Amino acid sequence: MIYGEILAGGKGTRMGNVQLPKQFMLLDNKPIIIHTVEKFLLNDRFDKIIVVTPKEWMNYTEDIITKFIGKIEKMAIVEGGSDRNESIMKGIEYIEETVGVNDDDIVVTHDSVRPFLTHRIIEENIDMALKYKVIDTVISATDTIIQSEDGETISDIPIRSTMYQGQTPQSFNIKLLVDSYQSLTNEEKGILTDACKICLLKGQTIRLVRGESFNIKITVPYDLKIAEGLLKGESGK
Amino acid sequence: MINQVYRLVNPRHFEVHYKDESLSSPLVAVRPTYFSICAADQRYYTGKRNKEVLSKKLPMALIHEAVGEVVHDPTGHYKVGTHVALIPDDPTEENPVIEENYLRSTRFHSSSCDGFMQDYVFMKPNRLVSLFDGLDLEMASFTELMSVSMHAIRQFKRRALYPASTLGVWGDGNLGFITCLFLKNLFPEAKVYLFSKHNDKAEHFSFVDRIYYIDHVPDDLTVDHAFECVGGYGSESAFEQIIDHIEPMGTIMALGVSEYPVALNTRMLLEKGLSMIGCSRSGRVDFVNTIHFLEEHPHVQEYLKTLVGSVQTIHEISDISKIFEHDLMTSWGKTVVKWQI
Repeated sequence: MIYGEILAGGKGTRMGNVQLPKQFMLLDNKPIIIHTVEKFLLNDRFDKIIVVTPKEWMNYTEDIITKFIGKIEKMAIVEGGSDRNESIMKGIEYIEETVGVNDDDIVVTHDSVRPFLTHRIIEENIDMALKYKVIDTVISATDTIIQSEDGETISDIPIRSTMYQGQTPQSFNIKLLVDSYQSLTNEEKGILTDACKICLLKGQTIRLVRGESFNIKITVPYDLKIAEGLLKGESGK
Repeated sequence: MINQVYRLVNPRHFEVHYKDESLSSPLVAVRPTYFSICAADQRYYTGKRNKEVLSKKLPMALIHEAVGEVVHDPTGHYKVGTHVALIPDDPTEENPVIEENYLRSTRFHSSSCDGFMQDYVFMKPNRLVSLFDGLDLEMASFTELMSVSMHAIRQFKRRALYPASTLGVWGDGNLGFITCLFLKNLFPEAKVYLFSKHNDKAEHFSFVDRIYYIDHVPDDLTVDHAFECVGGYGSESAFEQIIDHIEPMGTIMALGVSEYPVALNTRMLLEKGLSMIGCSRSGRVDFVNTIHFLEEHPHVQEYLKTLVGSVQTIHEISDISKIFEHDLMTSWGKTVVKWQI
């Protein structure tokens, strides 16, 4: 089975008023997460698409999906966990409880706030995850990457041609990911914020899928402005 | 959903643009799988259209010859996974006399609106035609071009004044090949003659009854009716030769596009009482007829496969220009594109 898991863990920040979490902010009059869900729905290789979201936003997520897309049988909305990896695992627990997990099952995990992904990126994640088990989506680094241990002085300047920027989707053989995660100590779980890194530390080879520079993550108002600019750029005829 | 649209913004320069699409609209979402490049696309790509046309139409996604796979259909007409041919003309009105491809209000993908170079294409259900199982998709990518021949032949059947015993086809390019092949199978009693300029191209036309090279046509040779598939600078000499060799009251089907005014020997056109029928593009009925014809004639499919000059894959936007440049260097056959961007 092939699962899509869309991570919508943002809770919004309290600044006098309760703000909408970023995944629900409007991009061209449509919540960002809806754009992302729609792209997943157009790939019929997914047997199930799971949206993982904080408990208090589950109703809201369901409401807007119904409003903008309709009732979709192959979608499920699942309560997220305390952090990104815990949320991924909550989605996988849902699979374990409802269908069960087979050796070859894969999950394509994706940030709900990356609505610009393409058919190719999804397809290559599926094809390569089926073959190689763990996949990360990346683009070549265009800026020189500076490493600083103390935030004040440079400790290293890695060779740029070997540097990439991580995007999503990240895709996994489900059993391999679960085994890797469960073998971590609680302390390790707290430090390892990237699911691919969990597998890397367990000695797993991770293959790369080429992302796109426009597959941006909308996290701050500046990103939303860029996304709006992209959509409202020069129109065709 | 944010759809990526790969538009030509200036000659030889493509950019990705983004467009919101709704899955709840009454349109069928299709993932294009194979394209083929048409001379009309190349006229935009190389900037051969005049400046006013280019500035009015660009930026615009190119490609109007394509097949794809249905990925979402809220209208219930197509199962997900159905392979379809995409019809590039999009009529906005119905007319009892004027066919959809001749209505001035009809939009045409890659001419008056974006072509099919998109992540997904959203089409009205009647702008798609299901393909039958087993049809070679690389070959099917140029169904639109086949439908243009099929359209011209349907018009010819309606409008020719007398049956054909000899049919002349001028033009040894892709359209000439398909037109000869279809005529030979739809009019098995008639002799089909190819009028060719290039020896190497004519060698592919093994199924015609006779090949004449245009600089060695016997003076006394006649054809009942003629199909002009030349276009461009060659149009004028082709029409001149057709008018010289066609029988009185014959019908000339004009298919070749020319960017330039073409002089005609109207004296002889009048004296012979000739009919000249312009043909451009095709309509849904021609697509349906083409697919049905291919299903009924498996050997025609084999001939058409020989027209696939090369199959190129597009993975990223920079590949698009490379493939258009490759197509420009190709002297024979269709450049087919596997769309994996």
